[in-house]
Amino acid sequence: MEAPIRAREALGFILFSLLFSICRSSSLNHLLISNAERRIDLSSHIVKVYLTLKVENAGSTPTSEVLLSFPPTQADHLATVEALVTKGKRKKTTLVRLDVKATELPDAPNDAKYFTIYLANPLKSGESTTIEVLYLLTHSQEPFPAEIAQSESQLVYYRDSALILSPYHIKQQTTFIKTPSTKVESFTRVEPSNRAGTEIKYGPYEDHPPYSFSPILIHFENNSPFAVVEELVREVEISHWGNLQVTEQYTLVHAGARHKGVFSRVDYQSRPTLNGASSLRYLLARLPPRVHSVYYRDEIGNISSSHLRTDSRKSELEIEPRYPLFGGWKATFVIGYGLPLQDFLFETSDDRRYLNFTFGCPLLETVVDKLTVKVVLPEGSKDPSAVVPFPVEQHLETKYSYLDVVGRTVVVMEKKNLVPAHNSHFQVYYTFKPIFMLAEPLMLASAFFLFFVACVAYLHIDLSIRK
Amino acid sequence: MAAPETSTAAVPTLYTNNTLRNAFGGVLSFFILLLIGVLAFSIRLFSVIKYESVIHEFDPYFNYRVTQFLTKKGIYEFWNWFDDRTWYPLGRVIGGTVYPGLTLTAGTIWWLLNSLNIPLSVETVCVFTAPIFSAFASWATYLLTKEVKGAGAGLTAAVLLAMVPSYISRSVAGSYDNEAVAIFALIFTFYLYLKTLNTGSLFYATLNSLAYFYMVCSWGGYTFIINLIPMHVLLCIVTGRYSSRLYIAYAPLVVLGTLLAALVPVVGFNAVMTSEHFASFLVFIIIHVVAFVYYIKGILSPKMFKVAVTLVVTVGLAVCCAVIAVLIALVASSPTKGWSGRSLSLLDPTYASKYIPIIASVSEHQPPTWPSYFMDINVLAFLVPAGIIACFLPLSDASSFIVLYIATSVYFSGVMVRLMLVLAPAACITSGIALSEAFDVLTGSIKFQLPGVTSNAEVDAGETSSDTSEAQTDEVKAEKPDDTSKNRPSKKSKKKERELAENPPAKATAKAKAKAEKKRLLALPLEASVISLLLLVVLGAFYVVHSVWAAAEAYSAPSIVLTTRSHDGLHVFDDFREAYAWLSHNTDVNDKVASWWDYGYQTTAMANRTVIVDNNTWNNTHIATVGTAMSSPERAAWEIFHSLDVKYVLVVFGGLIGYPSDDINKFLWMVRIGGGVFPHIKEPDYLRDGQYRIDSQATPTMLNCLMYKLSYYRFVETDGKAYDRVRRTEIGKKYFKLTHFEEVFTTHHWMVRIYKLKPLKNRIRGKAKKSKSKTSSTSSSKRSGTKKKNPWL
Repeated sequence: MEAPIRAREALGFILFSLLFSICRSSSLNHLLISNAERRIDLSSHIVKVYLTLKVENAGSTPTSEVLLSFPPTQADHLATVEALVTKGKRKKTTLVRLDVKATELPDAPNDAKYFTIYLANPLKSGESTTIEVLYLLTHSQEPFPAEIAQSESQLVYYRDSALILSPYHIKQQTTFIKTPSTKVESFTRVEPSNRAGTEIKYGPYEDHPPYSFSPILIHFENNSPFAVVEELVREVEISHWGNLQVTEQYTLVHAGARHKGVFSRVDYQSRPTLNGASSLRYLLARLPPRVHSVYYRDEIGNISSSHLRTDSRKSELEIEPRYPLFGGWKATFVIGYGLPLQDFLFETSDDRRYLNFTFGCPLLETVVDKLTVKVVLPEGSKDPSAVVPFPVEQHLETKYSYLDVVGRTVVVMEKKNLVPAHNSHFQVYYTFKPIFMLAEPLMLASAFFLFFVACVAYLHIDLSIRK
Repeated sequence: MAAPETSTAAVPTLYTNNTLRNAFGGVLSFFILLLIGVLAFSIRLFSVIKYESVIHEFDPYFNYRVTQFLTKKGIYEFWNWFDDRTWYPLGRVIGGTVYPGLTLTAGTIWWLLNSLNIPLSVETVCVFTAPIFSAFASWATYLLTKEVKGAGAGLTAAVLLAMVPSYISRSVAGSYDNEAVAIFALIFTFYLYLKTLNTGSLFYATLNSLAYFYMVCSWGGYTFIINLIPMHVLLCIVTGRYSSRLYIAYAPLVVLGTLLAALVPVVGFNAVMTSEHFASFLVFIIIHVVAFVYYIKGILSPKMFKVAVTLVVTVGLAVCCAVIAVLIALVASSPTKGWSGRSLSLLDPTYASKYIPIIASVSEHQPPTWPSYFMDINVLAFLVPAGIIACFLPLSDASSFIVLYIATSVYFSGVMVRLMLVLAPAACITSGIALSEAFDVLTGSIKFQLPGVTSNAEVDAGETSSDTSEAQTDEVKAEKPDDTSKNRPSKKSKKKERELAENPPAKATAKAKAKAEKKRLLALPLEASVISLLLLVVLGAFYVVHSVWAAAEAYSAPSIVLTTRSHDGLHVFDDFREAYAWLSHNTDVNDKVASWWDYGYQTTAMANRTVIVDNNTWNNTHIATVGTAMSSPERAAWEIFHSLDVKYVLVVFGGLIGYPSDDINKFLWMVRIGGGVFPHIKEPDYLRDGQYRIDSQATPTMLNCLMYKLSYYRFVETDGKAYDRVRRTEIGKKYFKLTHFEEVFTTHHWMVRIYKLKPLKNRIRGKAKKSKSKTSSTSSSKRSGTKKKNPWL
């Protein structure tokens, strides 16, 4: 099994080296990276990569754009890219977030994908700056063997390059890979490379031209459960009577190595550490403080195995699926809760209202493949507009709820491939006249009034033919 | 109403006073009824508050699934629904074999709410259907009893019915079963019958047929109506109470009712072809003959009439004999005498246990014990005789109906626990009458005795008693202002006309006499009446306490979730849903799951997987096949299951936590039902000296059967001793391996265990083993050979 993979990677390497020589783009050459350090954290199923780049402008013109490049296989799994730059000297350093945008370059070698980091201050000729980049990869650890029995532990492959893929010349670089345990079956050696404890070190490598690539494969034990929410629909319903009702529908799957053969409860219960080590036993959801009326159920009723802990700063809901999830097993459930409206709904100076709420999934350490956030505005609200810190697909819907006549406007936002890092706030602005709050009570009152009037009329009218 | 009217004519000064009293009484009884409705609804919510809003037990899950289908696909699809996810590979025509009343009711409520933009889920509507209809049922009881003994008795009966434990047991929130709406339909049909009988109005007769139609839609128990009403009609004719009102009450019901009943697919031509309906046609003929006789009697002179009678009797007898002979021959030619199994087991209580083990195996088809009477109708059991006596004082058409109703339902409840439900309304009505009469007498005598208010009280007491006596003698119910009917004035005048026609001027004198007599009779000593009044209140309080306790503790458990209270708090056993959720998410959507039929409905509804047999026990052979597989050794069982395309086998096992109604305890029924069709399964093989045991004394057949193995597989590893907490013994065979099945899932408390059939092996087995297995499974292979060729044999 090893040999063909190696061969394929070797081929890939040759292709890359060929391509970079052809496609070197002259406009990028004036930047170079004098020192790069990469730390890859493989301890959970979300791969976290911290990249520290010391960028130097070797050209003559100032520039404010720095390019990051990713091989296409990684780019598909890239959930988020963030860049920070340190400002100030010594102890007064502050981190400033930089804009990062996906960019298409026409002559990208081998379909490499690019992200552009926009520096706050243009980098003048001869100057250098240090950029901290954090990017997260999902679905990047491939279970091997793909099917395991209950008592086996989960082994995964992680593929990357020993050299950082970059459109710039890198003078010196080092890569540290942190594995969840000391149990590493194998890893590709690209000298100098060595392993100590849970850390594998590649490098330092000196003077590598742009688009250098050296595939590596690490085969290691990762028993953390691969909790993946295939689809999550969050519905946030605003009621101006003082409540914010959130309903979240989950389709959860354990995306690790598939479970094979028998599931023995007696083994699972008597030796929990050895049996089903990678199974998903519980999940932790972090909910806003002052949460009330929390429920956790699925289509066949309440699920009794959950605990809620609340304090003044946050609420934690610990939920257990009905059964422990082994690789490939699925479960669906719904979490719902109410929140006090004044914590989330505010008024702007121009008499508009806006909801300020978190976007992502409240479950910790969970990847969401597809997230749909629906904000149900009260009946009669107008001009909705959403402000989200990252690109999402948006459209409007209409929903009919309790005794609605014209229906409620629903702002629908969809995004794929989310990680907990996406749990930032978004805003939905709309205008609403408080008189609409009275519409339904008045309607009910008048309906009852008419009913009684009809009754009175009926009792006083004699419809009989014969007297 | 008639009483005050006539008396006011005599005493004009009391006129305003009386109307005010009546209006006040009307408003008061309206609010009492409203509160009774609230009580009936809310006493049934214990299950939602203590557990959760969820469908209960087994049959409700099927009804819920049907309702889901109805709301999703619409009514036409529903009638044509062929369900291929159950009774694999036969399937089941749901649209034609289900009583659609409940489903259509809940579906309509759901549709109405949704068209008003009230987005309740189908489940919520289903959960709350039963409590809503309980409120309706108590209102219907009020109306029915009011027809018999006046409004006071009506209110008492309604409040008793609102919390009678027997009815609560079938109608708590979540118990979404046919009985939930059927009891309402039953009482309402009886009410309309009595209303027609009392008024002779064709309008009510038509309504009565419609109510009967609703009952036919709702429950198989409609045969009770269509037999009880003819019995009552016959009783009236025999006792010389024939009147045109009786004819109007009965004849349209039979004609329209039968036509409407035949519209329901599940009844269809049964409405005219089975023996359950014969009584109604027979009485239909009789009532026409009687009506004809009365008519002839009216137009002929007495002498001519005698001649006609002799003529008709001779000819008629001959014709009757011929017809009856043909009928008997027809009926006798059918093996069950034209009766369905369930009806037969009602007429002959030993029938089911002799011939149909599948009916006998259901616990609710067993005869009840005495404590269950006390549990289910409580103090009503003691009040019923008093109520029957009150019905005879004096006997009217309506009260004779109640007497007949209680007599027959007592018999039926004695045959099957389940029919206690039919007894409950009758018991409530008679007890309501008894209580109300007792209160009437006691309060009347207290008022009479109290010195201070004598003058006033005399009038009052006289009035109330005359009121009731009036209602009894004239069968005219006291009309209430809340009774908003269209033709009130015309009805009143009609009533007056009839009163005049029936007992013209003698009325006033008769009333005066009755009044005087009543007063004398009512003169109970003050202390005695006060004490007995207190005792009655205590009795009522005891009933209320018992009912609330029964609703809260005994009848609210949904049975799919079990809870125990231990020293460290509440412990929840949610294993059934754990297993169903696992099946639904982690197996292929077309996999077939075999289990004992009890879990069929739940598996299809909650796990959405195809099952082999379910709780609709229409095909005994199919159930026997599963029973045979469960009681066969592993290999033979594998062959049976494989021939049925089964992928998973589900067993319920309570041995670890002590859940008594598990498959091992039901196992003897599997053996019996299996053995009834496949004679190589013999019950004595599983019994040691007539005793059913699973310990080391158990027979080898028992220890090697599939059910034993699937239940106890690796059980010994839990505690090292394999101690079964239900049977309170160590099991007989502790260490064994499964060769044809593999465990794929066991729930947290081991209550549900799911096994997968191992696939065929490529290797052909050795000769010795082959011949051995052949002898052990010849019978099953013979049968399975017809369905699917087994490549091994």
